[in-house]
Amino acid sequence: MSSDTRPATPMSRQIAEHRSLLDRALGLPKFILVVLSVALIGFVICQILIGYLVVSGQLDGKWYDVRDFGNAMVSLTDAINRSQMDSRIVSTLTYLIPALLGATGIVSVVGGWLLIGPWAERRLLAKFQIRQGPNRTGPFGLLQSLADALKLMQKEIIIPRGADRFLYFVPPIAVFIPAILGWAPIPWSPKMSYADLDVGVLFVIAISSLGVLAVFMAGWASNNHYSLLGAMRTIAMMISYEIPISVSLLAVVLLTGSTKLSEIVMWQSEQGVWLIMLIPFAALAFLFASTAEINRTPNDIGEAESEIVAGFYTEYSGMKAGLFMAVELGNAILVGALMSTFFLGGYTFFGLETWIPGYLILATKIGLVYFLFVWIRATLPRFRLDQLMGFAWKFLIPVSIVLMFLTAIESSILVRWDVPSFLSLGLIALVNITAAVGLTFVWMRVLFRDNDLSAPPTPILTRKMGGLQAAKVLRG
Amino acid sequence: MTTSTEPYVLNIGPQHPSTHGVFRLRVVMDGEKIKDLDMIVGYLHRSMEKLAEERTFTQNIPFTDRADYLAAMTGNLGLAIAVERLAGVEVPERAEYLRVIFSELQRIASHAMANGTLISDAGAWQTPLLYMFREREKILDLFEMTCGARLTTNYMRIGGVAFDPPLEFWPALQELVDELPDRIDEYHELLVSNEVFLARTRGVGVISPEDAINASLTGPALRGSGIPWDLRKADPYSVYDRMDFDVVVGKSGDVYDRFMVRMSELYQSVKIIKQAISQIPSGAHKTDIPLALRPDEGEIYSRIESPRGEIGFFLVSDGGPSPYRFHLRAPSLINLSLLNELGRDAALSDAIVTLGSLDIVVGEIDR
Amino acid sequence: MRTPTQLSGISVSEVLGKSVPDIVTAVTDEWIEVASDRVVETLQWLLDSDEFDAAQLSNLTAVDRHTHIEVIYHLQSLDLNHQLVVKTRTHGMDPAVVQSAYPVYKGALLQEREVYDLMGVRFEGHPDLRRLFLWDGFPGHPLRKDFLAMPGRITSGLEGFPFEDKDKPIRPINQENVETGVAYVVTGETDENRPETDLSEDRG
Repeated sequence: MSSDTRPATPMSRQIAEHRSLLDRALGLPKFILVVLSVALIGFVICQILIGYLVVSGQLDGKWYDVRDFGNAMVSLTDAINRSQMDSRIVSTLTYLIPALLGATGIVSVVGGWLLIGPWAERRLLAKFQIRQGPNRTGPFGLLQSLADALKLMQKEIIIPRGADRFLYFVPPIAVFIPAILGWAPIPWSPKMSYADLDVGVLFVIAISSLGVLAVFMAGWASNNHYSLLGAMRTIAMMISYEIPISVSLLAVVLLTGSTKLSEIVMWQSEQGVWLIMLIPFAALAFLFASTAEINRTPNDIGEAESEIVAGFYTEYSGMKAGLFMAVELGNAILVGALMSTFFLGGYTFFGLETWIPGYLILATKIGLVYFLFVWIRATLPRFRLDQLMGFAWKFLIPVSIVLMFLTAIESSILVRWDVPSFLSLGLIALVNITAAVGLTFVWMRVLFRDNDLSAPPTPILTRKMGGLQAAKVLRG
Repeated sequence: MTTSTEPYVLNIGPQHPSTHGVFRLRVVMDGEKIKDLDMIVGYLHRSMEKLAEERTFTQNIPFTDRADYLAAMTGNLGLAIAVERLAGVEVPERAEYLRVIFSELQRIASHAMANGTLISDAGAWQTPLLYMFREREKILDLFEMTCGARLTTNYMRIGGVAFDPPLEFWPALQELVDELPDRIDEYHELLVSNEVFLARTRGVGVISPEDAINASLTGPALRGSGIPWDLRKADPYSVYDRMDFDVVVGKSGDVYDRFMVRMSELYQSVKIIKQAISQIPSGAHKTDIPLALRPDEGEIYSRIESPRGEIGFFLVSDGGPSPYRFHLRAPSLINLSLLNELGRDAALSDAIVTLGSLDIVVGEIDR
Repeated sequence: MRTPTQLSGISVSEVLGKSVPDIVTAVTDEWIEVASDRVVETLQWLLDSDEFDAAQLSNLTAVDRHTHIEVIYHLQSLDLNHQLVVKTRTHGMDPAVVQSAYPVYKGALLQEREVYDLMGVRFEGHPDLRRLFLWDGFPGHPLRKDFLAMPGRITSGLEGFPFEDKDKPIRPINQENVETGVAYVVTGETDENRPETDLSEDRG
């Protein structure tokens, strides 16, 4: 009987009829499958050819070496310099063209991410939550971000009465500035970074402080208690967590001996080690503090949806709110890029960057860090504000500073000591890890000596009913 | 020069993303600390008690669906039991067992929702909520199979239940009951040792046992403070006296204890359902009563244990087909008696989490 | 109807009458009745007594009896697992005043507000007596029997049900249990306790 075998309830039917991705992929029309497989084979053949060219050294430095767009840029500027134009025009062009092309590149990277980012995040979050994300707008829901953007753009802009006109319009734009400027010093390939500043690290730290201003303006100008409350919380959190970021980056600078981002990446590549293996505590502190900087869970108390609606951007409607939400995503990959550059080796991968373009490696790392962010968002509830602040000021900052001193000592030893690098670096890694773990345990004991850190109590099972007397008997 | 601060008023609700319903909190805050907390209800007031005076007792059963809409089965059951006690109607055994099965299924669904929304209030972006909804979906599908509705079931009748479940119900129920303990273990593991969750809920919203009793708290709010009082064991109704189960009691009365009481009650509900499935006899699923039952003149206050606490029905009959007075003692409203004391001098986030742990349903508060 | 765990009003009144004489004004098998200005005394005595140990106020409601309003307290003891019912009545419909049970039971806080809102009974000694469900300035008290009854009738209730047996008596609800038959007059009372709602404060 079909009623015996067919699952009875709609939910069980849905679970039984669910097809895996492979099933659905193999179910596509034959024509599409043929075309895709031909394209795949052709792609592999091309890669092998390019690999051969790379190995035989025929590609290095040429302008068509796509592993590094900097080569093309250098060829272009050389061509302009050699041309017979007026020297002022030449100098303007050699400055302007790389600047424009690079800026277009960065903005298209960020903009492109903002197109598929929301889709990716929502589908990933849904996977963690046993449901499907957007899957209706366009194939696999790919047009969802576009639909959202169009919806937000056509909404009525409602400006609250009493809002400060100028200060109300500035924040959605102002909050985007650090999200795009922060990409400037990041090296994508040996010759490919937009503005390889000598003080790159300082630039990064300074840029991360700009976001605070936009949040402040948004909260104040909205003329709304929710917004003000959200803005205050967010500002307190953001400025508190700038210090662990700075201290972690200081540890990085001490070890690598330079504040120039491309040199940091070079150091990691030459030593054949990633900084996360040497100074893990600084890396993790940087990661955690960055989630606070960009207002992501578990540190999104400023926009705690269940408590204060949307925090500092409550009163923004339409695309203004859309910009705030978009910038959260843009900041997330910026932090991913910074994390990869400083601690995960940037565009290098122990020599693989001669074969595969460095920017692809960097993009993969950014994707991995972003995946980590979404994973944390899906699993952890958010911290309360005083718990957040306590964590920053009482734990992260003291421990980071102590470990940074340790790193300073180690880096001076590293320069003077003349032993094979795996020995010295291995020793440094070992010392750092033990110091980090030991210090954490000791400091937690000290900080929480008044608190009850024991395991949470399990409830009691009983069969005798009663009131206060019975409760006393139960408690023993 | 000292900075002067002044308290400001913050309105939380009546529309807010926290899933409690149309419930408004007017909070006077000084920085992040609450100085005064005032709740304003009545946005969902539908004058249920007045309307009930114009309808027969059976026609009043759908009202109880809409009162506590997350635990419709127990609401229906409470009214049915009250009228049966008043009018002296006998209920066949099969109906009693069916009532127990559906009440416990409803308890699982309601506790899953309550705990899930508590964690969402604490900020976990609905992941635990959606995990628990997986089981709740299956339970609601079972309800739909039996009585046609998922939420406002209108299933209990005076003298029994409305329909006998169809043949497909029993294998589906057996399958659900077999996999539930593993799933509840899964939720347990995910949540119980999550440090962020513990930090948000331990030591927050503590209610002492004396306060709890004096403020007429019942249900998991009372049991979380250490008082072992459950109407299914203390004042058994239906066939609960034949069921073998434990009552879960917390230790310190904070949010975490109330949460754990609800979590552990899920296991007990599964136990009860298993026993009911094995003991259920065949027979009629309701007794025949007159179209408009006319109980003798008199009054009764009868109560049962809903997932939120003691839901009581005070019925006064004047011998006619409709009640002279119909009062629904709503556990959600009375569990809020201590809200002001709990909220004072707490952080706003703590007040929200405490409110979530008291598990309110605004339909019940406002009726 | 007395449920099995409900104590008989007669036995309660005997014990109570021995300790506090002349407090019980009426007794039946199900409940005892006390005067509206001696409610706190009664409830406190029942709470403190070892025999009754009325630790929890289960339910506080009111019933409109046309000439007066009855306020009913359902008390229960968790340790001794029994319930008692205490009733009191107001001296008239207008003004209907009863002592508040808040000094004895904190659980009476919201339930008395509800009774005030829907029945119009003022509770003396309640710290914050204002309307709970309806808004400040709502005309009248809806749960009263003479508030907007169905057209053609003075009070609420079904006389009979359309498809019942023909031999069932029609309940003469407008003749036997309506004693005064005077329609309710709106007095336009407002809540004095509630502070003025200053909208300039409420932002957000």
